[in-house]
Amino acid sequence: MTWLLEPDTTGQKFLLMVVAVALFAAVMGLILFLVDRPKRIPSWVVAAGFVGVPLLFLAYGLLRPGLITLWQSFFNRNGTEFIGFDNYVRAFTEGQFQQVLLVTAAWVILAPLLSAVIGLGYAVLVDRTRFEKLAKALVFVPMAISMVGASIIWKFVYEFRPDQANINQIGLLNQVLVWVGLPPQQFLIGQPWNTWFLIVVMIWIQTGFAMTVLSAAIKAIPDDIVEAARLDGLHGMGMFRYITVPSIRPALVVVLTTIAMGTLKAFDIVRTMTGGQFGTQVVANEFYTQAFRQGNQGLAAALAVVLFILVIPIIAYNVRQMRKSEEIR
Amino acid sequence: MTSTPTPGQAVAGSALDDDVPQAGVRKLSRLERRAIATKGKLSSPWASGIAIIIAILWTIPSLGLLITSFRPQEDIRRTGWWTVFGDLFTGDAQFTMDNYNEALYGNSNDLSTFFVNSFVITIPAVLIPITLSLLAAYAFAWIKFPGRNFLFVAVFSLQVVPLQIALVPLLSDYVDWNVNGSFWTVWLSHSIFALPLAIFLLHNFMKDIPASLVEAARVDGAGHVKIFFRVLFPLLVPAIASFGIFQFLWVWNDLLVGLTFAAPEYQPLTVKIAELAGTRGGDWYLLTAGAFIAMVVPLIVFIALQRFFVRGMLAGAVKG
Repeated sequence: MTWLLEPDTTGQKFLLMVVAVALFAAVMGLILFLVDRPKRIPSWVVAAGFVGVPLLFLAYGLLRPGLITLWQSFFNRNGTEFIGFDNYVRAFTEGQFQQVLLVTAAWVILAPLLSAVIGLGYAVLVDRTRFEKLAKALVFVPMAISMVGASIIWKFVYEFRPDQANINQIGLLNQVLVWVGLPPQQFLIGQPWNTWFLIVVMIWIQTGFAMTVLSAAIKAIPDDIVEAARLDGLHGMGMFRYITVPSIRPALVVVLTTIAMGTLKAFDIVRTMTGGQFGTQVVANEFYTQAFRQGNQGLAAALAVVLFILVIPIIAYNVRQMRKSEEIR
Repeated sequence: MTSTPTPGQAVAGSALDDDVPQAGVRKLSRLERRAIATKGKLSSPWASGIAIIIAILWTIPSLGLLITSFRPQEDIRRTGWWTVFGDLFTGDAQFTMDNYNEALYGNSNDLSTFFVNSFVITIPAVLIPITLSLLAAYAFAWIKFPGRNFLFVAVFSLQVVPLQIALVPLLSDYVDWNVNGSFWTVWLSHSIFALPLAIFLLHNFMKDIPASLVEAARVDGAGHVKIFFRVLFPLLVPAIASFGIFQFLWVWNDLLVGLTFAAPEYQPLTVKIAELAGTRGGDWYLLTAGAFIAMVVPLIVFIALQRFFVRGMLAGAVKG
């Protein structure tokens, strides 16, 4: 029965998959069968049948590990000695980690802002034009691609070949530089701009999300408001500034905060494109390095907690904006 | 972890509006609307110019990779992919499937194995959390039990916990149980991590179903299980599809969970491709083909079911 844990062939893998799904279905079916006795058993038993397994999963797989991680963050690298806040002090004061925090901040500020700005601008520009569907699809598609895939796509755009007479550039961006008469650059190595070139990938991915949500919000603006504003003499930029933006404010907040949180946790781009070298490291990737490469459990735990702490202001902002827009209504 | 944004992660109490909410729009005819639109547009050539530039910027990088993946290895190393357009006129352009053959079945990098792994990982990791969260969402929406609101808020707020915080303790458990590296740990982890968002989203869909429907079924003597399967489930199929696509893209495109939990021979495509980018960063014939092998399934799913995807995304994101 080793194939249950270690399937060798494709057939065994698929068989294992079917077994797993069947097993799951059988267990859930049994639970539901047992609680399906209307009126004879109290409702909380029925409820337990429905929410029991999911809640157990969450308690076991998110809540408990979260608390363990919090606890571990106060210990040294192999968890043997209590060292108080030392890991956090290190994460916030040591030059190497301050750099990581700074780069992370650049990501969390630039990626959401620029995705939202470009997405909004594009949504307005193509709104109600003949090519709207196609135009949106083009910007939308990167969302289906994994960050790893997107990283490879862009790594190829940034590809650098030494600047010699018989060598052609094969990366598009460097070729553009050559065409306009500039020397080719090592985009992923030159600090601090390399971080910017990595952030571009995130913006490229997230703009589709921003565009879709904001476009829906724009379409939801009632026509009579637009018409009234037009009668009052608003056009073009004025319309955009005084009607469009205020009307879609809630959607804008959602877009900004959602992308900010996604950016904070994402490590794929940095890992695939530079491996965190050349001053591009971010907290999420540094966590991975410390936990699974350096084996420093305490510091890794502290970094994971820092990630969590950094999310909180974003949530708080979101909730406050929510409240505000509900008060207005 | 994935390029798919998780909608509604930070949104409290949003609801599903069928497609894009368009109140007030329908009063005007299509022509009138277009007339209004063109009148008030930033209708300078600049505006169209900017839109076209953005569209090009968003398309060119993928196009370059796609073209490159079909070029002979030698050509890739010597010239840029844009030269094929010139070569097409002179008749020098060459295309080949060799890169794909090499990437899929080559000696050192048989991505076909990892392609299978991605499927084996993804299907249960979509089915299991959807089932679990449907049941949980039903209970939170339609069964009265003590602590319901508290538990729902607790589940809702777990959405903001970064996965990173759970990885190490989970991994050490899996090691203790001697199951680390197997598919089981990957399925379990993906299922757990999907639950908060799934329960929240499906709960919103569930709440939108008129209470009278549920009441009527109850008066007829149906128990909760029957109501769930007979009354609610058929109505929820679109919602399930929306979330299903999300979860599918999320799991297929995931790097973090696969990297942390799966043993080398059971890793998904993303992990293998990321590794290739590190170890064979200059072998573009391999990387370009590999990247497209990893992208093709999510692209098909995404394009075929875009409608549901957009719906699910807006359900989480747009309200008011």
